[in-house]
Amino acid sequence: MQIFFQQLVNGIALGSIYALVALGYTMVYGTIRLINFAHGDIFMVGAFFGFYSVSQLGMNVYLAMLLAMIFSSILGVIIERIAYKPLRRSTRVAALITAIGVSFLLQNAMIAFVGPEVKAFPSTITNSIFRVFGIVFNTKHILVLVITVLLMILLQVIVKYTKMGKAMRAVAVDAEAAQLMGINVDRVISFTFAIGSGLAGIAGVLVGVYYNSVSPTMGVTYGLKAFVAAVVGGVGSIPGAMVGGYLIGVLETLVTVLGLSTYREAAVYGLLIVILLVLPAGLFGKNVKEKV
Amino acid sequence: MQRLHVKNIVWILAAIAGFILLNTLVDMGVINKFYQITLVRIMINIIFAVGLNLVLGVAGQFSLGHAGFIAIGGYAGAIFSKAYENSLQGMFIGMAVGVVISILLALIVGIPTLRLKGDYLAIATLGVAEIVRVFINNMKEITNGAAGISGIPIVSTWQMIYVFLVITTIFVLNYVYSSAGRATMAIQQDEIAAEAMGVNVTKYKVIAFVIGAITASIAGTLNANYIGIVTPGDYTFNKSIDVLIIVVFGGIGSFTGSFVAAILLGLLNVVLQDYGQLRMIIYGVAVILIMIFRPGGLLGTSELRLGSLVSKWVKGNKEVVR
Repeated sequence: MQIFFQQLVNGIALGSIYALVALGYTMVYGTIRLINFAHGDIFMVGAFFGFYSVSQLGMNVYLAMLLAMIFSSILGVIIERIAYKPLRRSTRVAALITAIGVSFLLQNAMIAFVGPEVKAFPSTITNSIFRVFGIVFNTKHILVLVITVLLMILLQVIVKYTKMGKAMRAVAVDAEAAQLMGINVDRVISFTFAIGSGLAGIAGVLVGVYYNSVSPTMGVTYGLKAFVAAVVGGVGSIPGAMVGGYLIGVLETLVTVLGLSTYREAAVYGLLIVILLVLPAGLFGKNVKEKV
Repeated sequence: MQRLHVKNIVWILAAIAGFILLNTLVDMGVINKFYQITLVRIMINIIFAVGLNLVLGVAGQFSLGHAGFIAIGGYAGAIFSKAYENSLQGMFIGMAVGVVISILLALIVGIPTLRLKGDYLAIATLGVAEIVRVFINNMKEITNGAAGISGIPIVSTWQMIYVFLVITTIFVLNYVYSSAGRATMAIQQDEIAAEAMGVNVTKYKVIAFVIGAITASIAGTLNANYIGIVTPGDYTFNKSIDVLIIVVFGGIGSFTGSFVAAILLGLLNVVLQDYGQLRMIIYGVAVILIMIFRPGGLLGTSELRLGSLVSKWVKGNKEVVR
């Protein structure tokens, strides 16, 4: 039982990271119906930004997180403006292929600049260990969880109570109608990308801090699993992305505890398929009837 | 499919002419051993792309799991051709086994997800391809795990692959222009309207998906028995993307486009071979630029209709009324 709860703690930390990345997928899909395959690579770029800020510039890790978030936001908006905006009116497949092209570009440009190998993230925070009922927590667990929860609350506040959040929800429901009501759809979409990419960027630094390693290909695995998390939660739904992220994180660690670590990925994708079959719109998704 | 009419005969003649041309070039040494590998890679990619184009371009369904079916075919070919005394016979048995497994898997995934509308097939196939890879990685007694299988008897030749290329293309194209194919195309144009006209939407989507899986599996076997080695790393998400890019590059729905794109990308690969990492960066930029400036792909939906051209010409000359 103790091992179970111990692993639950690890699973929640991992799930927090998936949830942060999944939020970006879900928000972008909600507004422009695009599976943004470059999202995982924005996460990776954020991780490297944090890595170089801390290891080369000796920056405080919290400041590095904030700057990585801002940098990733800007990168996300630039990508949206250059690569996705011209394709707003063409087929969704074309937009998806562009996203894959951006993903290739970011990944390979990063390999060209920093080399393909895994880099060790310097341990910058003093790692104290706490025991609660025999379950071991460390500072990293708490750091990841606290930052994630704070960001999620912030995001909920933005989406629920600000004008921009209202506009985002309106665009998600019907972009054309929103436009007619005087909403600047382009600005809303850019804002969505900025927020999603910023969350991915900080998640990247958190992975660096938590696992002490970053690599140019880390975006693929984390990105795909975060995407699965978004789908499991119901793509387009913000609470869904959070729940999906934690579910995937916990599932993955529990499968590892059972000694089936090599089947970890199969469990994640298996859950995805089961969810698609049983609840095609995901846990929190609404089943929208298509109109003629 | 019903009639082997004049168009097919023209195409078969063109295919034979192409074969003779390639054979002469190989005999003359213009296509040396090194270029033969490129030739085979292009031909294999064409088979993959033709199959995926049926799913994506004709049925309008997104599959991101082509690599899973390719892997099944590749491993089946590898395992059976090694197990049998007669490697060639083993390869064909492996090919058949791969096809059967692929059909079953395509049905299991396709029937439930193709009932739904939207990107569900894309997401489900993505998951299935990854699961296939995890199982290949774990079934060490059969698949040798992450190390893969090496020393596969090299029994498939470029001639054999050419023959399969012709067969699969003619089969797929005949399906596309049959009444079932036209029903499938109607689904891609407007699913709801097609359904209202009495088209069994799920059925035709599933048939297209299954044919796509079969061609992927067959070409996977041929490929494994040509290069002599299979590892799980060859069949990642990137493999599916490679095929998808060929289809989209050429023009979704244009089979001629798939041919052109596979050849162009294959040649580009050879040209850029010496540039290492820069090659992938150029590739990424090229993909983005082509999608921005030609979102419909190189050829859009247009096709080279050699058969129609010839039959028109025959009619014009002899005033034959069919």
